[in-house]
Amino acid sequence: MKSGFPLYAAMVAGLLVLATTPLYADNYVVRTAAIVAMYGALATSWNFIGGFTGYPSFSTAAFFGLGAYVGAICQRHGIPMGLAWAIATVVVAAFAALLGGIILRLRGHYFAIGSIAVVELCRLVVSSWSSLTGGGDGLNLPLMAWPPEELMRFFLFVMLGILLASLIATILVDRSRLGFGLRCIHQNEDAAAMVGINTTAYKIAAYTLSAMFCATAGAAYASWTGYIDPTDSFQIVMTVKVVVMALLGGAGTILGPALGAAAFVLLEELFWANFLDWNRAILGVVIVLLIFFLPGGLLSLGMRRLRAAKVGGGQ
Amino acid sequence: MAIYLQILSNGLMLGALYACLAVGFSLVWGVLNVINMLHGSFIILGGYLTFFAWHLYGIHPVVMLPVVAALMFALGFALQKLVINRVVSAPVLTTLTLTFGLDMILYNAMTYWFTATPRRITLDLGAVHLGSIVLPVDRLVGTGLALAMTLLLYAVMRGSSIGRAIVAVRMDRSAAELMGIRTERIYAITFGIGALMAGVAGVVFATVFPITTNVTGIWLGKAFVVCVVGGLGSVPGALVGGLVLGLVESFAGHWFGPQQAITAGFVLMLVLLLTRPTGLVGVRGYE
Repeated sequence: MKSGFPLYAAMVAGLLVLATTPLYADNYVVRTAAIVAMYGALATSWNFIGGFTGYPSFSTAAFFGLGAYVGAICQRHGIPMGLAWAIATVVVAAFAALLGGIILRLRGHYFAIGSIAVVELCRLVVSSWSSLTGGGDGLNLPLMAWPPEELMRFFLFVMLGILLASLIATILVDRSRLGFGLRCIHQNEDAAAMVGINTTAYKIAAYTLSAMFCATAGAAYASWTGYIDPTDSFQIVMTVKVVVMALLGGAGTILGPALGAAAFVLLEELFWANFLDWNRAILGVVIVLLIFFLPGGLLSLGMRRLRAAKVGGGQ
Repeated sequence: MAIYLQILSNGLMLGALYACLAVGFSLVWGVLNVINMLHGSFIILGGYLTFFAWHLYGIHPVVMLPVVAALMFALGFALQKLVINRVVSAPVLTTLTLTFGLDMILYNAMTYWFTATPRRITLDLGAVHLGSIVLPVDRLVGTGLALAMTLLLYAVMRGSSIGRAIVAVRMDRSAAELMGIRTERIYAITFGIGALMAGVAGVVFATVFPITTNVTGIWLGKAFVVCVVGGLGSVPGALVGGLVLGLVESFAGHWFGPQQAITAGFVLMLVLLLTRPTGLVGVRGYE
């Protein structure tokens, strides 16, 4: 599923399945579809830095949370919702570009630790800057006086829009010099620099791309729930969850992360519904099994069968 | 002046606990090249074992120390031998995600069995007055135990053949293998020691801080900071990192308010990560 017709067909089919849920299913299913789209966008964003470039970034929750806060603060100052989301996207993208210039000098374990620390630092700063962010009490957003079905449908389409935008960006990057350069950095950063790739600029571009859509999703999520607080907005668990989703689907592929997000969210809903006391442990087991038995992600299953079929056909 | 002496002594006591908390994490990271996300839960597990032994059977924490140490070593050894060794040389993303998954299982099990209610052992040993400085005795004992265990680990690493083998694997895995060291076994022993030191830290913490699963992430964060500040994989590094972090938190808490103490620790870590990634006492080329 590298490119071409099957890729687009699968993408459109997946988006259509999510988009048509309001026609035949109840609000719970529509909500789950919106959550799938949101995590799909987050995992697809992570793929820029984690999948293409191979940098173990764990800062997704920082971008999501900052997006939520920037959007919420804008909306509380009377800026219309759509514009607030746009401002959140631009502000967080600028933040990521600046931050990337600093922490992308680190590699491997040190980068991983540094990017986790960014999440913690954001949470601490937001919870102690009470005059702007409301501190530990959190922030309330202007309530949207719509009927629940309509509200849910609206945010489903918003999240789908963000997912689609991130997928299109992924396809464009995949086919451009940028994508090629990022894959080179993944394989061997020193060699990539040697053949003339501006590795710093490329890495910063990937990091910024990985932040943008998270910020939009965060801002939209804040408007959706109507209330945000520091502990909920900056969760290490969420950061790792997004990485696991991308790995589950297949890091570095185009549709893999979104597919992994869908599979993960559905599993999670299933476990929440049936094993309330043990859902976290079951997710842990899923992660362990994934690392051992499916290191290439779900898409690698399809690839393996395809290859087996080809070999079988040739005989 | 008196207040600064008090802050200084508080910082040093806290720092010794931090050193004990982080030394196992640092060893695992340095030798196995694995970021052990389970470390926070190991500490809390050690704390729970101590608390329940005291609460249900009246066993004194100091008596529990060797028991917890042995149990945690066995747990760590088995985990590495059976699970983590299979992917130990995979990229950081894989090993980190794996230990995170294992942590979710342990965390969930502990929350289920023990619930998240904070629990603490209160020994009520009074306090020592040194001039104007007040030192609570339970804290002093905890600090002493933490320091003693950390120094014992140092002696083991320097003096015993197992310790020398661990250092050899850390320096050059393939050369160590050529010298006849069974690296897989050394990895399991190292991870066991990491879990053991976390359990020991848990025993000490149970008498000083409340024990609850909610704080596993906080202790894990401290371990990150101590490792980056002091440098990886060496006992003196963890000791220096722990003491520096303890002092920085105490003084930052006094000057900027207790909330900012943790922020100061993370800022210190980010600055050092960028300026001196090998830590204050680290050796270049060792990562």
